Amino acid sequence: MNVFKKIMTAVRGGAREAGEAIVDANAIRILEQEIKDAENHMEKAKRDLTDVMAKQMQAERELRRNNDSISEHEGYAIKALDKGDEALALEVAEKIATLESEKHEQQEVVTSFASHSTRLKELVRKSERLIKDHQRQLSMVKTTESVQKATAAITDNFAATNSKMSSAKESLERIKKRQVNFEDRLKAAEALEEETSDKGLQDKLKAAGIGEQDASAQSVLARLKSKS
Amino acid sequence: MTIQDIALRFSEQNSYEGATFDVQIIPGEVEVLQIIVGELEEVPVYLSITDSQILCIAYLWDENEVDQEKRSDMLETMLSMNIPMPLSSFARIGDKYAIFGALAVTSGFDDVAHEVIVLSENTVEALSALEEFLV
Repeated sequence: MNVFKKIMTAVRGGAREAGEAIVDANAIRILEQEIKDAENHMEKAKRDLTDVMAKQMQAERELRRNNDSISEHEGYAIKALDKGDEALALEVAEKIATLESEKHEQQEVVTSFASHSTRLKELVRKSERLIKDHQRQLSMVKTTESVQKATAAITDNFAATNSKMSSAKESLERIKKRQVNFEDRLKAAEALEEETSDKGLQDKLKAAGIGEQDASAQSVLARLKSKS
Repeated sequence: MTIQDIALRFSEQNSYEGATFDVQIIPGEVEVLQIIVGELEEVPVYLSITDSQILCIAYLWDENEVDQEKRSDMLETMLSMNIPMPLSSFARIGDKYAIFGALAVTSGFDDVAHEVIVLSENTVEALSALEEFLV
């Protein structure tokens, strides 16, 4: 099922009956079932994989033990030959031959487990991908439906509170007016700030004895003296 | 995070990235959280949660507000602006044009708050820039 195309067809169809599903319920059930099946397959594959990997490790251990045993017996055979005991050497050689044939079988078992585990890993990976893909498609359907329902809730809320969505131009008008107001307030605040900082400058000048000075008792006395 | 969690976090915030919020839950088959960023009450952001996403949507205008002669130009402009516009994309729901942003359900409150603020700012800018296409 190509969900993308189904949703596309549905939304292009324009106005839909309230409650009408984007993708029919049966198709969703099939998709959900496919996800469940793929999840079951993946679970089984993972269990099998654990089992196979354990057996593979076991077989590899046996193979190593066998190899060690072959080397050990080769050592014995050489020692027997060194001592000139041909009969004993032959007996050891027979044992080595048996061990080698076992080794051959074990090697085959290890290879078979390895290839089985590779196949299972691939199966797990593919199932995982399939699940994710189906989940993505299901999420598209659910999101589309959720957004339609959310839009319905928002519209109903407007109706219930007896308000309506204002047009974009009206909204913009109000936003712009508020921004102008804000800028005006900002300018007014800046002007005020300037005035205050001007006052600050005058204070500094006064402190430095420049410009207008406060009347002090001394200056008043001096003025009176000059009049007398 | 549920709608209630997000609503609570927004109400507890005095200010986030310098923005203030006014939130209200709208009940319905799908619960929606209405978020007004600062004084932008004209462009509320609507947040809803699905299985896989947190969706934040702001409505722009209705089809009947579009100057039909400039419609195709408007659509092309919107499509071209989708990538430059940070975190949000243009969309259409029924006969309403919208701006939306989608977050993973695993997102934290900071991601949601940032998304909502940016979405609200993008909406005002888009309204102002695309006004010429409206009747």
